[in-house]
Amino acid sequence: MTEKLNVFAVRTLTQKEYFAPGHRSCQGCGEALAVRLVLKALGRNVIIANATGCMEIVSSPLPFTSWRVPWIHVAFENTAAVASGIEAALKVLMRKGRLPKKKIITLAMAGDGGTADIGLQALSGALERGHDFIYVCTDNEAYMNTGIQRSSSTPFGASTTTSPAGRVKMGQVTWKKNMAEIAAAHKIPYVATACPSYPIDLVQKLKKAADIPGPAYIHILSVCPTGWRSAPELSIKLGRLAVETGIFPLYEVEYGRYRLSIDFPKLRPVTDYFNLQGRFRHLTKEAIEEIQDRVHQEYEILKERSKRGF
Amino acid sequence: MEVSIAAAEAVKQCNVDVISAYPITPQTHIVEKLSELVANGELDAEFFCVESEHSALSVCVGAAAAGARAFTCTSSQGLALMSEITYIASGLRLPMLMILANRTLSAPLSIWNDHSDAMMIRDCGWIQFFVENGQEVYDHVFISYRLGEDRSVLFPVIINMDGFILSHVIEPIELIEQEKIDQFLPPYQPLYRLHPDRPITMGAYALPSIFAETKKAQEVALRSSMPKILETWKSFGDMTGRYYSPIETYKAEEADTLLVTMGSFGETASVAVDQMRKEGRSVGLVKIRLWRPFPFEAFKKATLHAKQLVVIDRAVSVGACGPVASEIKAALYGESIRPSIYNFVAGISGRDVAPSDFIKMVDKAEVEIEEGNREGFEIYGVRE
Repeated sequence: MTEKLNVFAVRTLTQKEYFAPGHRSCQGCGEALAVRLVLKALGRNVIIANATGCMEIVSSPLPFTSWRVPWIHVAFENTAAVASGIEAALKVLMRKGRLPKKKIITLAMAGDGGTADIGLQALSGALERGHDFIYVCTDNEAYMNTGIQRSSSTPFGASTTTSPAGRVKMGQVTWKKNMAEIAAAHKIPYVATACPSYPIDLVQKLKKAADIPGPAYIHILSVCPTGWRSAPELSIKLGRLAVETGIFPLYEVEYGRYRLSIDFPKLRPVTDYFNLQGRFRHLTKEAIEEIQDRVHQEYEILKERSKRGF
Repeated sequence: MEVSIAAAEAVKQCNVDVISAYPITPQTHIVEKLSELVANGELDAEFFCVESEHSALSVCVGAAAAGARAFTCTSSQGLALMSEITYIASGLRLPMLMILANRTLSAPLSIWNDHSDAMMIRDCGWIQFFVENGQEVYDHVFISYRLGEDRSVLFPVIINMDGFILSHVIEPIELIEQEKIDQFLPPYQPLYRLHPDRPITMGAYALPSIFAETKKAQEVALRSSMPKILETWKSFGDMTGRYYSPIETYKAEEADTLLVTMGSFGETASVAVDQMRKEGRSVGLVKIRLWRPFPFEAFKKATLHAKQLVVIDRAVSVGACGPVASEIKAALYGESIRPSIYNFVAGISGRDVAPSDFIKMVDKAEVEIEEGNREGFEIYGVRE
């Protein structure tokens, strides 16, 4: 039902582009699309703190910039802390009458490395301190900017340049770190997962995050044709398949209440998703079965929580 | 008044907007006092006890970029963790103040004082003061903000004060009336700030084709801040009667031997100089207050007449010599007639250096130089 209404909802999106075209991301970059949608959702009254990574590199080669909103890049692991400082400054300067009072959203953006690995401490600190900001993790499941090295967000079995599929090892040997759950464990007001293949869902979640006071964490799956060894024109489809297979379920946790954004009576087999990507090409039947079992298990837990509400 | 309390008092008087810090000895008294001031409503600021020093400085960077007056303080390992961001704060030309209660870098772990932490970030592009006593700490808080925020400067500033030796000592400190401070230090008006009304991009990355140009711009700007530093000290002196200079001398004119120190060593060394003068020896003292930008001209002017310099470092560049000594050697190299330099590393990890130790070091240096050892270096007072 919501799906159908969303056909019209697209028209409610602003035609303004705050992430200007001409940036240097790869063809079919899911992350660039996610960022574009995030900014459309939030509008012009936003200040961005961006971690080092693909989005920073493709958008800001001196003296050019793709950002039509105020934007700062400081380092890799401290985006949440930089955003904390921005939020604090806005708050105190408005309180002291040195800035006109108006709502300005502080947005922190980082990739999966900058969030789940090196930036986890700063993120946890900022969530715990309760800053009024939105943290967006654009997760492309590896260090793509430095050349497809594995992160703790790389899925089990995926071949990367530092978790290569070899004669004795089958790619990534650890399971993907669940960042949304880690964020939710901080008992912050709002946590959600999203994917640019579901643009209206993504935009609605960002708008909600902006409206709810306090920290919000949005985890966005961002298809990376370069790193996933997939065809650029399949990026939207792959995002959909990630959701339809239950590998990346779309859900939100609002004040502790779980809700699946989109549910499927029957999940598609993970192979539908794997077969379109080179990074899973080497997987054996057994490995795929193992993954399939785990996906079902985790999806059931989530569904149960969604039904129960917590 | 304890020096740390005076420092916090000064930060309050500057009406700082955002404070962010992480506990580490011996810096803690400053933030404890500041949190008390904020908790009692005496200072209207956002105060964050963050989860690491790395984040402490990152919060300050974000706050300064959004146009706030930011403050942090740390020591030793805390600075080591922050060090990545020190370079970025300067590269982004964001004014802010850090008080560094100087403490030894591990290993072995030691909470006591020396300058190894400050030397680690020597090249980070901040304006760096080394102060000698509590009054200087207090005064330089105002001086630093006014200087760093000046539109012809726009650099972050570090006040180095010796941990424990200054941070925990109680001494009489002359406070300045708030009205005078308000006049001396108007609210921060950033040249650029992150704000939707005028979107800017900060922290873009540079390819080799443009990096050198940006780095040169930063280097030239830091070097060119010297007149502004002198001017700020002058106006501060006009207000308070306390005039400061990059290099301060004590009985140095026409002295054959000059002790060269940085930080709290200065006061102890001056006692030693008095004693040696009484004995009829031609010894004086040169104190470096401004470490970056390094005051080459002032230093030469103060020292070129001497026959020998006894440079006392409070840190060691392992495998080379004391960092101050190597700086000074570089500063004087271009002169055809220059004093011999004997370098001691003393007081590391807070080991006490008494006036008698300075005399012993001068004795030793004079003998060594007499015997032709013009490039001596040793760690003083080591039991072997």
